Amino acid sequence: MKKKPLDRLNKLIIFGLLTVFAVVSLLPLYWVFSTSLQLSSYQSQDMERPVSYVDSNPPKMYPMGIPLYFKHWGEAREAAKAGDTEEEAYHRDMMDHIVSNSFGSFKNLFKKHDVGKWFFNSIYIAVVVTIGILLIDSMAGYVLAKKKFPGRNLIFWIIISTMMIPGQVTLVPLFIMVGNLGLMDTHWALILPDLSMVFGVFLMRQFMYSIPDELLEAARMDGASEWRTFWTVVLPLARPGLAALGIFTFMNVWNSFLWPIIVLNTAELYTLPVGLKTLQDANLASFKLLMSGAAVAAIPMIIVFILFQRYFVKGLTLGGVKE
Amino acid sequence: MKAGYASRTPASLLGGGNMTQMPMGAVPKKKDEKLKVIGKAKGNPRKLFYEMKRNYSAYLFLLPKLILFTLFVAIPVVWAFVLSFQKYKIFGSEFVGFENYIKVFESDAFRIALKNTLLFTVVTVPFGVISALVLSTLIFELGKLSQSLFRSAFYLPTVTSMVIIAMVWRWMYNYDFGLFNYVLGWFGVGPVNWLGQSNTALWALIIMQCLIPFGVGIIMYLASMGSISQSLYEAARMDGASRFKQWIHITIPLLKPTTLYLVLLSTIGSFQVFTQIIMMTGGGPGSATETLVHLIYKTGFRDFEFGLAGAQSVVLFVIILIFSVIQFRVLRHDE
Repeated sequence: MKKKPLDRLNKLIIFGLLTVFAVVSLLPLYWVFSTSLQLSSYQSQDMERPVSYVDSNPPKMYPMGIPLYFKHWGEAREAAKAGDTEEEAYHRDMMDHIVSNSFGSFKNLFKKHDVGKWFFNSIYIAVVVTIGILLIDSMAGYVLAKKKFPGRNLIFWIIISTMMIPGQVTLVPLFIMVGNLGLMDTHWALILPDLSMVFGVFLMRQFMYSIPDELLEAARMDGASEWRTFWTVVLPLARPGLAALGIFTFMNVWNSFLWPIIVLNTAELYTLPVGLKTLQDANLASFKLLMSGAAVAAIPMIIVFILFQRYFVKGLTLGGVKE
Repeated sequence: MKAGYASRTPASLLGGGNMTQMPMGAVPKKKDEKLKVIGKAKGNPRKLFYEMKRNYSAYLFLLPKLILFTLFVAIPVVWAFVLSFQKYKIFGSEFVGFENYIKVFESDAFRIALKNTLLFTVVTVPFGVISALVLSTLIFELGKLSQSLFRSAFYLPTVTSMVIIAMVWRWMYNYDFGLFNYVLGWFGVGPVNWLGQSNTALWALIIMQCLIPFGVGIIMYLASMGSISQSLYEAARMDGASRFKQWIHITIPLLKPTTLYLVLLSTIGSFQVFTQIIMMTGGGPGSATETLVHLIYKTGFRDFEFGLAGAQSVVLFVIILIFSVIQFRVLRHDE
């Protein structure tokens, strides 16, 4: 069906308006990257002392290294033309300085702080939890959707009813529990509770319903075991659901914050968000360094989002909107 | 997503909608059959045992989740309620009746945190949902390509950790070189110590929340708008209804289930606001930005008053529950 076409002007106005809003909404994220690359120390010949563009007022809206690099580049070329080698060498040095200063905080971050370790921890935990959740929840969702056995509905309702309880309610008991199990200040303290999230069971169960019984029946006729049926028939058919669940699990674990700051005490074990908080708290880090850390934490999620965008949309609408 | 830590969990992202919109029990058409089987099994222990044995593989498939669920969800949930009636000690906690709850309701800290959280919710939730509605209406007018472009632009901040967003906004509110004071300077106003004084700190956080787009809302509204039949609009056009009237009388009423879901979702998220608080103000200055979850965090893990923190969390749960029921009733009312 066709919509009544809006005239071009209206469309243009809407486009312009939305662009403004989009810019406002993306500004903070832009700022992370801009500041992480901002020139923090610069002194040209006519300056008395070096300036930092990181916390200058008025704020610099883009990395100052870019225009200054080209300025020196141009001047170096002119000096070369005029045959002034000393002047040329000076400008070449300035160019090197600008590059190393602009990217310097990333190097610092990995050399002087534990960011490399935090990054690895975050990836490791997110990957382990995502794979675990996909396997465990699709197994549970499959039998809850496709098998009839005593207690099925009871189990399902008990699991689902806890979905409405906000996570904070169990913080304290979970803390005591993790302590009793001797897992405090370990990555297991993050992984095990994350693997227990119930949302995936619900999502996978909804998804498994759409798998035709005939296919399962056919597999059984061929003499496939339960596990084989699940592995070779059910899982491939559930792929879109798995993709959506996997992405949300990854995002959720990658960004998780409250629970990690409670159970982790050792700097080496921190995940990125926890590490960033301690960097900010320590007040040792410059704003440029902080923003570089934030950029390191943001980039993986942005890549995941760009690559799997359609699954994000699918995952959100799958759960929420009645088709 | 709107505020907070738990609001970012997929459970709250997606679960609520189904709570309200989809039947979650068995598939209706198979109901009779299943009732028969279980009914029979219930009546006869031997039959029950036989059914269980015949389906042993189903239990094996469920086992990993059940073990994890029991250890890290079921037991903690029950324990949370028990704990709230106890004075916790490592060896032998003692029951103290309602003492913790009395403490909760008598303490100024809790009252202030509740007031702040309520104010935060009452402003940011309607703003977030309405702005998502307006933005998605505008986006929906555009072509496919621009639609997905803007959808991504508004959703991108949602996938970024609130920790990062809070760090940037701390800079934006910086007294000396923040963006806000710079912009205010153009108009000869300020500078304002946004986060440093008690009469602006909470509002600074509220403004921040309002300016983070409600990405989930936009995606869900767009999806729902796409499923509205165009014939309704055509009929309205025949009757000479303006576009605005069509929006008011067709679009908005038909989006109501989505609106209900989004309101519930963001209210729950908003009640759990935490990350911004700990990253930007620590609840201060004084207790100007103290919120419920931050208070629970402080009580439990800084003061280690487990019983009291348990009681606070139970009260938070009940408040969220009450709000959800009210919203459900009100928004469902005239259907």
